[in-house]
Amino acid sequence: MYRKLKQTIAAAALAGAFAFTAPAAAVELTMYYPVAVGGSLTKVVDGLVADFMKENPDIKVKAIYAGNYNDARIKALAALKSGEPAQLSVMFSIDIYELIEQDAIVAFDDIVKTDEEKTWLNSFYPALMENGKTGGKTWGIPFQRSTIVMYYNKDAFREAGLDPNKPPATWDELVSAGKKLNKGTAGQMDRWGMMIPSTGYPYWMFGALAMQNDQVLMNSAGNETNFDAPATIEALQFWRDLGEKHKVMPSGTIEWGTLRQNFLEGKTAIMWHSTGNLTTVKKNAKFDFGVAMLPAGKRRGTPTGGGNFYIFKKSSPEEQAASMKLIRFLTQPGRTAEWSIKTGYLGTRPDAYETDALKKYVVEFPPAAVARDQLEFATAELSTYQTGRVRKLLDDAIQSVLTGAKTPAEALGSAQSQADKVLKRYR
Amino acid sequence: MRQVYGWLLLTPAAILLIAFTHYPTVATLWHSFFSQGTAMRPAAYVGLENYLYMLDDEIFWKVVRNNALYAAGTIPASIAIALLMAVWVNGKLPLRGLARMAYFTPTILPMIAVANIWLFFYTPEIGLLDQFMRLFGLPSHNWLGDPDTVLWCIVVLAIWKEAGFFMIFFLAALQSLPPELEEAGRLEGAGRWYYFRRVTFPLLMPTTLFVLINATINSFKLVDQLFILTKGGPDNASSLLLYYIYEVAFSFLDEAYAATLTVALLATLAIIAIGQFFIMDKRIHYR
Amino acid sequence: MIAGRHSGFAWRLEIGAAWLLAVLWLAPLLYAFWAAFHPPEYATRFDLLAPLTLENFREAWSQAPFARYFLNTFMLVSSILLAQFVLCTLAAYAFVRFEFRGRDIAFALVLVQLMIMPEILIVENYRTMSRIGAVDTILGIGLPYMASAFGIFLLRQTFKTIPRELEDAARIEGCNIMQVLWKVYVPLARPTYVAYGLVSVSYHWNNFLWPLIITNSVETRPLTVGLAIFGAPESGVDWSIITAGTLLAVAPLLLAFLLFQRQFVQSFMHAGIK
Repeated sequence: MYRKLKQTIAAAALAGAFAFTAPAAAVELTMYYPVAVGGSLTKVVDGLVADFMKENPDIKVKAIYAGNYNDARIKALAALKSGEPAQLSVMFSIDIYELIEQDAIVAFDDIVKTDEEKTWLNSFYPALMENGKTGGKTWGIPFQRSTIVMYYNKDAFREAGLDPNKPPATWDELVSAGKKLNKGTAGQMDRWGMMIPSTGYPYWMFGALAMQNDQVLMNSAGNETNFDAPATIEALQFWRDLGEKHKVMPSGTIEWGTLRQNFLEGKTAIMWHSTGNLTTVKKNAKFDFGVAMLPAGKRRGTPTGGGNFYIFKKSSPEEQAASMKLIRFLTQPGRTAEWSIKTGYLGTRPDAYETDALKKYVVEFPPAAVARDQLEFATAELSTYQTGRVRKLLDDAIQSVLTGAKTPAEALGSAQSQADKVLKRYR
Repeated sequence: MRQVYGWLLLTPAAILLIAFTHYPTVATLWHSFFSQGTAMRPAAYVGLENYLYMLDDEIFWKVVRNNALYAAGTIPASIAIALLMAVWVNGKLPLRGLARMAYFTPTILPMIAVANIWLFFYTPEIGLLDQFMRLFGLPSHNWLGDPDTVLWCIVVLAIWKEAGFFMIFFLAALQSLPPELEEAGRLEGAGRWYYFRRVTFPLLMPTTLFVLINATINSFKLVDQLFILTKGGPDNASSLLLYYIYEVAFSFLDEAYAATLTVALLATLAIIAIGQFFIMDKRIHYR
Repeated sequence: MIAGRHSGFAWRLEIGAAWLLAVLWLAPLLYAFWAAFHPPEYATRFDLLAPLTLENFREAWSQAPFARYFLNTFMLVSSILLAQFVLCTLAAYAFVRFEFRGRDIAFALVLVQLMIMPEILIVENYRTMSRIGAVDTILGIGLPYMASAFGIFLLRQTFKTIPRELEDAARIEGCNIMQVLWKVYVPLARPTYVAYGLVSVSYHWNNFLWPLIITNSVETRPLTVGLAIFGAPESGVDWSIITAGTLLAVAPLLLAFLLFQRQFVQSFMHAGIK
C-alpha cells in the first residue's frame, strides 16, 4: 500500500520536474484583453491570434478575455504582482499613468530598433496616439479604439418631419430635433428624442460635451484637471438641461448597458454611444438608421476611447521581441481593416482605410467612416495619475448633477478640489 | 495524551482559520496605519492619517448611511416575509409543495445571474416594471437612475433572494412544535392571530434570533448585485460598505485605505456581535 | 357560523396572497425561461404566439467557454466540500471528545469566523494569496472557506448527541481514536453531513465576490464569474443570450433541486435546527 503510494508520488514529482525543466521550444506570450461593447468580439480576437500563430509557429500566444477595462487592468497587474506570466496586454488607453507609476510597462521607443519599426510607430492617427504618449515617450499602441458617435433612427426622423439625411449638427439643432422626435405625453413617453448614457463611462460622454464647448478636461502631464473651468460647468449645465429644461431626454441617469436595447426598440430616436457598437446595431436594427458625428457647440468634439497595447517590463528581450511581432501583426493595415469591419472600432491608421476591404465596406456602409472623419476633432480621453479615483470624482459629480442633487458649479467645484488633493503630489 | 490528540485533531482547521480569519484581521489593522506603496514610493507609517481621511470622506459616510438603510430595509422585511411563508407552507395551503418550491428557489440561484434578470425588471421604458405601470396608465420611472429609488430596488432584490432561505428555519421550528399545543389553543377558542402572537411567536424566538444574526451579517456581505445593477451609482446612492472596499482596493489600487475601511466594517460587526451576546444572555436568564 | 364564514373569506384571501407571493418569487425564473427560449425581438415583449427557439443557447454556449467554467466550478465545489468534511470532522471531534487546555478559548476563536466571514477580509486575504502564489488557482478560491466555523459548530452539536456508550463499546472492541471517529461518529452524523454538504455546495456554486477577485483566467474562473463577465452590462445587455447563459449555469443545481426538492428542503431544515 505504502509502496504504491510512494511510487505514485515519485512519478508525479518526476513528471512535475519534467514540466518545469523541459526546454521551451517556443516563446510563450500571455495577453489580457478587455471587451466593453457588444457582440462576440472575443471570437474575433481569438481568430486574429490564431492567424498569428499559424504564421509564427515559434510563438505561442494565450489571449485571455478579462472582462471590462477595469477588470483587465486589475487582472494583468495582479498576474504581474504574483509572478504569473503576462508579457503584453490590451488595456484602457487611460491606464497609462497608473501603469507608469506601478513601473509595469516599457516605452515603445526603447524597444523599436530598426527604421522600419520607427516608421511603424508613426503610422497611426495622431489623435489616437495622444492617450499613449507622455513625457515625450510612447507607451501605448492603439488597438481597439473608438470615438463617440451619434446613432439616429431615420424612420423616426421621417415620422417627425425631419430630413433623415441631415442629422443635427449643432447643439441648438439637437435640442429642436429632440423636441420634434419626442413622442407621447410627459411621464408616458413612447419615444424620447435622445439619450446620452450616464452610467458606466459618464466622464467619457462628458469629455465630448466639454470638448464641444472648447474645453479639455486635463493637461497632458496627467497631474492637473480642469473640472471647475467655466466652460466645463457650462457643458454640464447643457447636459442637465437636455433632460430638465428641454425635456428631450429622460431625467436621472441613463444606463450605458441597456441603452443600445432602448435604441433598437425605438424608445429613443438618437443615442450617443461608442463606435464599437456599430456592427451590433447594424445587425440588430429593424429600422433604417444613420450614424453621424456628434453635434458642435462652439466646435465639434469627442474624446477618443478604448484600448491600447502595452508591453510589460517584466519580460525577457525575446518575449518583448515576440510581443512586438504580435502587435505589429495585429496592427497591419489589413488586420486593422478586418478588425474595424467586424467590430465597428476605428481603423487605427490612415492606410487601413486605403485597403480594398475597408474601402469597399465604407462605400457599402458609409457610417463606418464617420468615426474616422471625426478624428479630426478628437481629443484625448480623461486620463491622469490615480486615474481610477479622479475619474470616479468626475463620474460622481456628473451623476449628482443629472439626478438633481447638486448644481454643476457645486458638483464640479468639489470634484476639482478633491482631484487637486489627489494629484498634488504628482506635480 | 488526550491533550495532544485534541490539539492534533484541531490543528489542520486551526491553521487555516488563523491564516484566513485571525491573521488577516490583525494584519488589516496593521496596514491601516501605513500609506499605500507604489513602485515609486514605498509604504510608510502614517499613524492615523488614513482614519482622518476616512472621517473626511463624503463617500464613506454616504456608504455607511446606505448600508444602514439597506440593513433596516432588508432585515425586518425578509424575516417577516419568511415567517409568513413558513406559516403558509406549514398550514393547509393548497399545493403547498409547489408554493414551498417557489419560495425557496431564489436561494439556489446565483445572485450575479439573477441580477441581470432584475435589471430587465427595473430598466425604464422597456423593463417589466415600466410595462406593468404603463398597463395601469402610471408614469414610467427611472428606477435605477433615481437616487431616491435605487437603494430600495437593491433592497427588494435582497429580500427576494433571502426570504426563502430564512423560511426554511422557521418551517423547521414550526414543525418541531407539538401539535397538541394548537389543538389546546383551538379548544380555548383563540383566534389564529391571537394564537400566533401569544403562543407560536414566542416559541419561535430562538429561531428568530438565529435568523436575525444571519440577516444582519448578510446585510454587510451581500453586494454581488451591485456589480451588475448599479456599480454603486448613481453618485454612490446605492453603494454599500463592502462594495466600496472592493472599489478602493481593486479599482483605485489603494489597499491601505481599503484596510482602513475594512477596520470600520470589522468594528461594526464586533459591536453587533457584542450586542447579540447581551441579547442572548438576557434570554438565557429569562429562561 | 358567521365567524366561520368570515374566516372562510379571510382564508381565501390568504390563499390568494400566498400564491401571489409565490408567483412573484418565481417571476425572475419564469422570465429567464421566456427570454431564453424566444428570439431576441421577444425578449422584452410578451406574445403568446412568439416562436420558440434554441438559438440563444447555442449562441451563449459559443460565446463563452461554459464547459470549462462548469469544470472549474465542479472542481472548486467538490474540493471545498471534501476539505470541509475532513477538517470540520476532526475539529468537531476534538471539541466534543477531548479535554485539552485552551479548548473553550479555541472554540470561541473558531466562532469568530461566523461573524467575520472570508468575504469581509478580501483585501488582506488577497495579499496572502499572492504571497503564497495561490492567486488564480482553484485552491486559492477554496482555501479561506475550507475550515468552516459553521461546519465545525454543526458537527460538534451533532457529535454531542451521540451517546458515550457507543464509543466505549467500540473501544472495547479494540478501535483506536480514529477508528472510533470513522466507525461510530461519522456514520451516525450522516444526515448532518448531507445537510451541510447541500448548504456548502449551493453556497459555493453561487459564490461570486472572492472568486472574482482571486481568479484571472478562463482556467480557474467559476461559473458565476464567467457569467458576470459574459453578461456584464457594459457590453450592452442582450437579455436573450444572458438568460440562456444563466439557465445553463444554474441548470445542474436547479435540476437537482427540482428532483430532490423534499430532501433539499429537509436537509436545509436539518442544518438549521441544530
